[in-house]
Amino acid sequence: MSKLDGIKVRVEDPTTPHWVTENTRPLLHEIHHALQRLLEAGEVKTIDLASLPMGPADEARLLEILGVGEVEACIDAMGKSVIRETRFPGVWFIEHFNTDDQPMGRLIDITFIPTLLLSQTEDMRQGLAQLSLYLQTDDAA
Amino acid sequence: MPSKTLGESLFERGVSRRGFLKYCTALASIMALPPTAASAIAAALEKAKKPSVIWLEFQACTGCTESLTRSHAPTLEDLIFDSISLDSHDTLQAAAGHGAEQAREQAMKDNWGNYLLLVDGSVPLGNPGFSTIGGVSNLEMLQETAKGAAAVIAIGTCAAYGGLPKASPNPTGAVAVSDVIKDKPVINIPGCPPVPVVITGVLAHYLTFGTIPELDLHGRPLAFYGQSIHDRCYRRPFYEKGRFAESFDDEGAKEGWCLYKLGCKGPITYNACATVKWNDGVSFPIESGHPCLGCSEPDFWDKGSFYQALAQGQWGSAAGLGTAAAVGIAAGAGAALLARRKQHQAREEQP
Repeated sequence: MSKLDGIKVRVEDPTTPHWVTENTRPLLHEIHHALQRLLEAGEVKTIDLASLPMGPADEARLLEILGVGEVEACIDAMGKSVIRETRFPGVWFIEHFNTDDQPMGRLIDITFIPTLLLSQTEDMRQGLAQLSLYLQTDDAA
Repeated sequence: MPSKTLGESLFERGVSRRGFLKYCTALASIMALPPTAASAIAAALEKAKKPSVIWLEFQACTGCTESLTRSHAPTLEDLIFDSISLDSHDTLQAAAGHGAEQAREQAMKDNWGNYLLLVDGSVPLGNPGFSTIGGVSNLEMLQETAKGAAAVIAIGTCAAYGGLPKASPNPTGAVAVSDVIKDKPVINIPGCPPVPVVITGVLAHYLTFGTIPELDLHGRPLAFYGQSIHDRCYRRPFYEKGRFAESFDDEGAKEGWCLYKLGCKGPITYNACATVKWNDGVSFPIESGHPCLGCSEPDFWDKGSFYQALAQGQWGSAAGLGTAAAVGIAAGAGAALLARRKQHQAREEQP
């Protein structure tokens, strides 16, 4: 038996912090108000989680309450972006990662559909040009 | 001046519009702008030209450059630095000796009146020989290079306030960049080291808007230094309730309570650590269980022990501060105000 066995060490699970700071509740109120405004006036809102005081337990709690809804989309543009509708329709949780899968941003979008999911005009123009070129080359062959 | 715009540079690298918008959303976040500003940023950046940047390093530990380059690629920091023309950096550039000096002189000549001058490290005035580059004193090089700069950015606490080289008894006579340069705008980005995205956020602001950001009384961009660590700390609710860790291993510390009594300088420190965080957003000192040292404030190194509560330190010997820490809520708010008043008073009393 090693002498080290005599040292009592308690390993705590870092993924489930047991304390919360109550920073979540005001944010949920903000989301509630924004969802109301979206329904009544069509006003969209984006909340940048990086701008708010959030501890690890707060964010875990927030995500637990928001839950997972019906839609999940993945974008591959300068790294991955994951866009999930929460269990509250109209409330979207967006995570941006760089190409090393490190987080670049966490946002909550209160909208009918997040803008990034829409095809972008500039990309469509470029795609159209590429398709035209393909058809011309194919016709010539 | 380089002819390519930032938009062109990114699109040439195969960055789609979606990717560019994502990049601009993240930029809005680091510039402390609302996420809805992403479209406006995208429109401005598409047309922005790559500015020439000259980086000088004086009496410093290189920690500021380390901070900026420690990120994993490709990050926003990388993209921003791809978006500027870093024409001279003593630590990073391959050239050495006379070649390095020629790079700086050429960049100055080609971009006279338009380049950004970034400086880290303090300037010794005690003796020109204390710190030289290629036989040229830091003071002379700063004065010469600043002449043709559009703006000067002092990176890190040493450049912003004199930093550790200025610590008592200040053997080299170290001063801040702003003590030398009086005829140009000087933006201070203090921190030991500064948060990397704050450095790039200021550069992004200049790239996007072509202006320097709004500054506080210490020349710091308000977007990043406008609020105290304490105000943005996720542990603040514990402070309000009077729940404090009394030692680093007590139950309060394990419960994640406020570190005020362990010497946290959060109430008198203005920086973005609490929201932007470090190591790609993983954490910041308080989240890791250590009190804030106050490294973005002037003379933080000469203000007594890092582990002495503000209530017992030079910011406030008033009994009310100690009482505030004990009872929290209303008295706690009073303590923060008193500490702030003391801070202003101390600044005014400085020679």
